[in-house]
Amino acid sequence: MDFTVTLAQIKPKLGCVADNLELIENHIRDAVTAKADLIIFPELALTGYFLKDLVPEVALQLDAPEIIRLLELSRSISIAVGFVEMTDDYRFYNSALYLEDGEIRHLHRKVYLPTYGLFDEQRYLARGERFRAFDTKFGRMGMLICEDMWHLSSSYILAMDGAATLICLSSSPGRGIEGETLGAASAWQQLTSTTAMFLNCRVLYCNRVGYEDGVNFWGGSEYVAPSGESLVRGTILEEDSVTAVVDEGALRRERIFSPMLRDENLFVTMQELRRIERERGR
Amino acid sequence: MSGLTANTDLLKKILVGFVADEVHKVGVNKAVLGLSGGIDSALVVFIAAEALGPENVHAICMPYRTSNPESEAHARLVAQACGVVYSVVPITPMVDAYFQQFPDADNMRRGNKMARERMTILFDHSALQRALVLGTSNKTELLLGYGTLFGDMASALNPIGDLYKSQIWQLSETMGVPREVIEKKPSADLWAGQTDEEELGFSYRQVDELLFRMVDLRLTRGELLLEGFEASFVDEIYKKVQNSHFKRRLPVIAKVSNRTIDRDFRYARDWGK
Repeated sequence: MDFTVTLAQIKPKLGCVADNLELIENHIRDAVTAKADLIIFPELALTGYFLKDLVPEVALQLDAPEIIRLLELSRSISIAVGFVEMTDDYRFYNSALYLEDGEIRHLHRKVYLPTYGLFDEQRYLARGERFRAFDTKFGRMGMLICEDMWHLSSSYILAMDGAATLICLSSSPGRGIEGETLGAASAWQQLTSTTAMFLNCRVLYCNRVGYEDGVNFWGGSEYVAPSGESLVRGTILEEDSVTAVVDEGALRRERIFSPMLRDENLFVTMQELRRIERERGR
Repeated sequence: MSGLTANTDLLKKILVGFVADEVHKVGVNKAVLGLSGGIDSALVVFIAAEALGPENVHAICMPYRTSNPESEAHARLVAQACGVVYSVVPITPMVDAYFQQFPDADNMRRGNKMARERMTILFDHSALQRALVLGTSNKTELLLGYGTLFGDMASALNPIGDLYKSQIWQLSETMGVPREVIEKKPSADLWAGQTDEEELGFSYRQVDELLFRMVDLRLTRGELLLEGFEASFVDEIYKKVQNSHFKRRLPVIAKVSNRTIDRDFRYARDWGK
């Protein structure tokens, strides 16, 4: 079915959960007024990104009042949002929730925690261990958090699991100032487009903006159609709210014209991956 | 090398946004900086004027009696060109009073003292005006250690610390820095006729090409030689970067507890902002 999505390109405050919840609620209210069906927030929208030793201080359990509040709001609009999750055994995850009709439809814990260059996630956070597609009012979806998408297998697994919509929540730092566009932006745009095209999936990419300790986050949130074409894109480096009407017909047509997903041979892939796994274990 | 050629429109957007965001988030709306008459501080004042509005930027020229009079004229020209608040605070009385006690001090000690004298004036105005001190050190001089620790290297925010001198020239054109300031020879201005490139023994363009490949692209020594750099130049610059590294770090703290500041007590500076 067709649905309207809002990509909330916000600027969270570092370590200020209450302020960020208020910001998120305001965006939800506006999106509801604008009759959007789904609103997507960036990675770690409730907390900010370069948390370091703040991780335990801003972490929420799934029954935290902030999550309950968002669950209530999800009765009027579906919500995808990033936060730091604390489990009962005191592990901290870079997590994303998909909330709908007052229920948690899906929880994704970031699998690929970048720990190189300016990133240091695995020092502070535990690693997620699964990619699972899930059903929503708007069809089957999969969620990725930022670096997850840079591993082809993540999107591939979700597509094989039946996701027609890939949601990517991101806090991508801007860098690379020599080209026409920001280096990080053009790399991501190539990635989202290629992923959509190869898997005949639509991609909803939501990236934050603002600065933390001199690092900028570049925004540029976008809706990429299954053809790989970016249909709507947010401004670069500025707060924005991007609205896109996701057209079911475009997915149907693309899957007729370019049925790569239908022809994907899961059997061959699995057979070869099992062989590689076996051989590596020797 | 394309890596040193910057998309100056994009760069301007990032740096203007940086100053606006990082100043406003600490709850103030003003900045103060030293204006030397040279290109680096000229570029920073142009960025700051655009980010905060010229009325919220206070540029202070702090000449010493041996400074080239042209420098003060250029500082004034720059301040007028971007419309910021401008004042002159000469440092001759304080510096001379100190060196009356140490008349044998060499040029390096005198230069460092002047840089630190200027720093105290800027931080005093920071408190006076509730304004953040903007740094004006570029990436080339930060990597080479060509600056005074706790002097010109001290600031609250530095918009240009990740730009090589070659990129400073490019962005200054886009931002509208007056031509005479862009075109003159870079100088620490400790005495008349001094130039950076003479003192360093190589040109900024030469060293930027090398530093970009060495630091940003992480080329090995062998690869640098294959690209045509002299072995002695490569080794000299590597040593300079290594030997000045202490200037780019906080003072070293002797660890005795479980949580030592900056080692295992780690928070972003924008904590809660």
